[in-house]
Amino acid sequence: MKEKDMTTSTPAPHGTADAATAGTPATQGNRAGGGLLDPGQLIRSLPDALRKLDPRTLWRTPVMLIVEIGAAFTTVLAVLDPSVFAWAITVWLWLTVLFANLAEAVAEGRGKAQAATLRRAKKDTIATRLTGWTPGAPASRYQETAVPAPDLQQGDIVLVEAGGIIPGDGDVVEGIASVDESAITGESAPVIRESGGDRSAVTGGTKVLSDRIIVKITQKPGESFIDRMISLVEGANRQKTPNEIALNILLATLTIIFLLAVVTLQPLAIFSKDFQAAAADTQAITDEGVTGIVLVSLLVCLIPTTIGALLSAIGIAGMDRLVQRNVLAMSGRAVEAAGDVNTLLLDKTGTITLGNRQAAEFLPVEGVTADEVADAAQLSSLADETPEGRSVVVLAKNEFGLREREPGFMPHATFVPFTAQTRMSGVDLTPDATGDGDTAGGARRIRKGAAASVMKWVRDLGGHPTEQVGQLVDEISGVGGTPLVVAEHLDGQPARALGVIHLKDVVKAGMRERFDEMRRMGIRTVMITGDNPRTAKAIAEEAGVDDFLAEATPEDKLALIKREQEGGRLVAMTGDGTNDAPALAQADVGVAMNTGTSAAKEAGNMVDLDSDPTKLIEIVEIGKQLLITRGALTTFSIANDIAKYFAIIPAMFAGIYPSLDALNIMRLSSPESAILSAVVFNAIVIVALIPLALRGVRYRPAAASKLLGRNLLVYGLGGIIVPFIGIKLIDLLIQFIPGIS
Amino acid sequence: MSTTTAGVIFVLSLAAALAAVHRPFGDYLYRVVSGTRHLKIERGLYRLVGVNPATEQSWGVYARAVLAFSAVSVLFLYAFLRLQHHLWLSLGLDPVVTHEAWNTAVSFVTNTNWQWYSGESTLGHLVQMSGLAVQNFVSAAVGIAVAVALVRGFARSRTGELGNFWVDLTRITVRVLLPISVLGAVVLMLGGVVQNLSAGTEITTLTGGSQTITGGPVASQEVIKELGTNGGGFYNVNSAHPFENPTTWTNWLEIFLLLVIPFSLPRVFGRMVGQVRQGYAIVAVMAILALASITLTNVFELSGHGTVPQAVGAAMEGKEARFDVSNSATFAAATTLTSTGAVNSFHDSYTSLGGMMPMVNMMFGEVAPGGVGAGLYGLLVLALITVFVAGLMVGRTPEYVGKKIGAREIQFASLYFLVTPVLVLIGTAAAFATGNNSTALNVGPHGLSEVLYAFTSASNNNGSAFAGITVSTPWWNTALGLCMLLGRFLPIIFVLALAGSLARQHPVPASEGTLPTHRPLFVGMVVGVTVILVALTFLPALALGPLAEGL
Repeated sequence: MKEKDMTTSTPAPHGTADAATAGTPATQGNRAGGGLLDPGQLIRSLPDALRKLDPRTLWRTPVMLIVEIGAAFTTVLAVLDPSVFAWAITVWLWLTVLFANLAEAVAEGRGKAQAATLRRAKKDTIATRLTGWTPGAPASRYQETAVPAPDLQQGDIVLVEAGGIIPGDGDVVEGIASVDESAITGESAPVIRESGGDRSAVTGGTKVLSDRIIVKITQKPGESFIDRMISLVEGANRQKTPNEIALNILLATLTIIFLLAVVTLQPLAIFSKDFQAAAADTQAITDEGVTGIVLVSLLVCLIPTTIGALLSAIGIAGMDRLVQRNVLAMSGRAVEAAGDVNTLLLDKTGTITLGNRQAAEFLPVEGVTADEVADAAQLSSLADETPEGRSVVVLAKNEFGLREREPGFMPHATFVPFTAQTRMSGVDLTPDATGDGDTAGGARRIRKGAAASVMKWVRDLGGHPTEQVGQLVDEISGVGGTPLVVAEHLDGQPARALGVIHLKDVVKAGMRERFDEMRRMGIRTVMITGDNPRTAKAIAEEAGVDDFLAEATPEDKLALIKREQEGGRLVAMTGDGTNDAPALAQADVGVAMNTGTSAAKEAGNMVDLDSDPTKLIEIVEIGKQLLITRGALTTFSIANDIAKYFAIIPAMFAGIYPSLDALNIMRLSSPESAILSAVVFNAIVIVALIPLALRGVRYRPAAASKLLGRNLLVYGLGGIIVPFIGIKLIDLLIQFIPGIS
Repeated sequence: MSTTTAGVIFVLSLAAALAAVHRPFGDYLYRVVSGTRHLKIERGLYRLVGVNPATEQSWGVYARAVLAFSAVSVLFLYAFLRLQHHLWLSLGLDPVVTHEAWNTAVSFVTNTNWQWYSGESTLGHLVQMSGLAVQNFVSAAVGIAVAVALVRGFARSRTGELGNFWVDLTRITVRVLLPISVLGAVVLMLGGVVQNLSAGTEITTLTGGSQTITGGPVASQEVIKELGTNGGGFYNVNSAHPFENPTTWTNWLEIFLLLVIPFSLPRVFGRMVGQVRQGYAIVAVMAILALASITLTNVFELSGHGTVPQAVGAAMEGKEARFDVSNSATFAAATTLTSTGAVNSFHDSYTSLGGMMPMVNMMFGEVAPGGVGAGLYGLLVLALITVFVAGLMVGRTPEYVGKKIGAREIQFASLYFLVTPVLVLIGTAAAFATGNNSTALNVGPHGLSEVLYAFTSASNNNGSAFAGITVSTPWWNTALGLCMLLGRFLPIIFVLALAGSLARQHPVPASEGTLPTHRPLFVGMVVGVTVILVALTFLPALALGPLAEGL
């Protein structure tokens, strides 16, 4: 039964079948998703938000620190000279700071929940350390000692048996085992880990389900993969990324300018009030100039509080979106670099094409029907357990309705396995192969394999393959396929070639569309393959990639990356093998597969826990989304100021120069309500934008000019118009508060 | 022909002439700054000064050369002014006192040409010719040289070198400013501008009184005054004086001269970075802002809002009858859009909103098209800030003509951008806080405008005066001198540092994902960013000045 299962299903290597569907455009709707904000989350984050009012914490967001200082100042003023207006402004200024802290706390809160789950996995276990172990040594040659896992050093050898927890990150040096890695990947299906090759890496905290393995610890104490994951998702030591630093400089500059514009206004205001000495004092302006409450309100409304409040939340949420996709970025810098990537190196196998070549058609030579070829091909492949062989059987069944025949079904058949020397496989049938007593056909031998080998076999058995076979073979090679010639030999007759099986790489569904999107985003895709240039070219054309690197060695890959970087381009790639490590380290964005070796994971700056190479495309999109969200909210924040001026300037000065009331185009009901409305709007807009900051601005792959046009319309023009409406609405409500109107 | 029609034709003919000239002239400027051959006279000058024209300078060395040259210029001019009574052709005038000499020395070296004095009654011919006029040439050349160095920062990659300041300075002076000035002076003389070394002619007027008609080397100074966007007039009333600007067509020519280099420099930028369309985008931003401003100034002046203009039929106070309202308004806009500061009418007498326009023009940071060189580098800094925000919105680390705009670049661009608003706002507030605003002729909003205008003009190195304020006091001379000095050289240092950081970078190849910076959308965005940033910075101050008065 087991064998039957194996022949009918084509197991996808590395779980790429799921990845292919996850990456198709049909499911793009949730691409920008990151979960909506639920009110409970806001309330849960409130204590953290309050804690962040501490100026020592707040100094990292200078814009909000200024708001806090302003709020403290107005509190003093409100205590000394209480009025409804003064207290209303003061309360809303404090709320502004609180809302900003809330944004950050909510963003961090999501990571904290994840960190808690990870911590549970980080149980302290007792490891069995082997001293004196050498590869292949019998058990008598080494001693077992029990040591607590945190005491393990780099290079220690440990034994883990079924049911045991792997005590630290390392490589399997002996044995094979199925391991439950759900603690870190969330994937419940166990994975196989074995010594040697590219699946040798194991992660501390994961559980061995069967068999026993000997692991060499590669981590330093306290620096395990889980430790790093916890600090990443918690955003504990989040470093500001290069673009974030640049943006902070710009925001600081704007803050200084507005601070200056407000402070230097005072002597001018005193002069103006003095000139119009007859004008009555208001809550906004007296003989001593603009009141402290109003000056602070103006300042807070002008400085870029919206983006200042949300900037760190945007950064944390960006990392969080990656984590939700099971990608761990070792630095925010790498995420940002992903948005800038110019060249994407993609491995052909598993990323662009489904794991292996598959039979696509049977091409008979003259005088033979396709059915006959299919029949012979199927017979010869019954015992062929290679993916190619299985695909021949599947094709024969699907296209020609040939019932599957199990090897056991034909007791008199002898299967000839494929060897590197013969380069063909097949079957020898005795005269009564089916065991039904019919020996009419005599003994029959069928072979399929590489063209040259099978042709030689035919000639050796007295046959003369027609030229047509050669033509078919060349045609298939010409389109990048792999030809397998099928031939038979009946007793007493010369052998003859029946036809050719066309094996081809199957490009995953939706890849062409994906690459078109990439091109629109200005990203060049390069396919990396070990195939010969002709085959590579054909697949590259079918998949729609921009370029390919055929017969690629790890050195070629590294050279290609360096060449691209010389031209000023940023390169992203995925890799899992130890020989990928140099290229992963060289690439600007190197995504290591979790199934890969420790060396690969160490060299890359991201790890994909799902080991899905197509995820690189999503990583690029998340990187872009992160930058777009920052840019859009900065634009929105600055555009907002226009409306606030129209609210506050007439409110401040129309008392002394009535003509300035012409600027009160919103017709706000009173100077006090105008100023308070602007302050309230400024605070509320922060809360209103928290979901956007966490989710990120919607991103659709498109050319830069299109993206700019759209975002400028929404966040630039929208940023100018929305506050006019918002402030007016707030004014309509608060004008009923006694003391405001 | 109505006044409006005449005004429109005047502006359109100027625009057409500039559109025709900016390409070939820009190409010529490009050849001047990028050629490798040296003229004989230039080689002689290099030998004289001891400069090897083949060597290149890093941004630091370039900046030090600019500063050293300017420091020597200030000291030389200061000494010249203090010692003028010992000099030939001094016309018997007294030496200039310390704070006045400091102000004038700084003023001319910084290409501001703010004048607290009346030229004809304060300075002798030798000081005018070999002191002030020389600075008119070299301060203009310094501005262009710095702009060229910034453009080299964009054009070059993986190098620390930005060219040779001495070579740039010499070539621009010898091959561009001098020949055009000679030619222009002849043309202006044909138009009636005087050129002599007369100490003044006594004449008897029709009523029998006696009047001194002052002469002097006016034409030779007039051309470079406009061409180098200097603006320092030979006479107190500047281009309103019939000996400086006798007719409508000399008025046209003077406006053309003050706009021609600033509008041609974007072409040099486009040529040097190898993408002429980038130059067109920059020139488009300048043209849109300039046309909008000229139109608004004309509209405000022609509509004659206000009691007196309505009573007399036009806002003619402070304007020359031979230029009428429109050509005065156009001159006022052009002189403040560039950092020239020459005037042919009194901005103080403009309608409230009409008088606000020159102020707003300067508050743009002198970028539309700005002073020679200074306009281009100022606008490139604004384009860079725009690219930064816009670039983020397309999901990439922002790039401008193949250079990444990272923290370092934004830092220098921000510092550049900070300088003038800081100087204007602090200066104005200080004047009011210390009571020094009392020398203003007016009180109330107009008095506030007079003070605000003075600091705006000095800090942006424009040099035009709103008038109506006495600034020959030690406080004003010192404060405005500081504004001019810091407003000129701090930005230059930041621009050169920016250039150095750009030149070191790898170029980034453009792709579909790169924000195109030559399309109308981007041009519109730079215009928007410039207007919005200025509005946000200065609106409160403007509200208490021209807006309170004019709305």
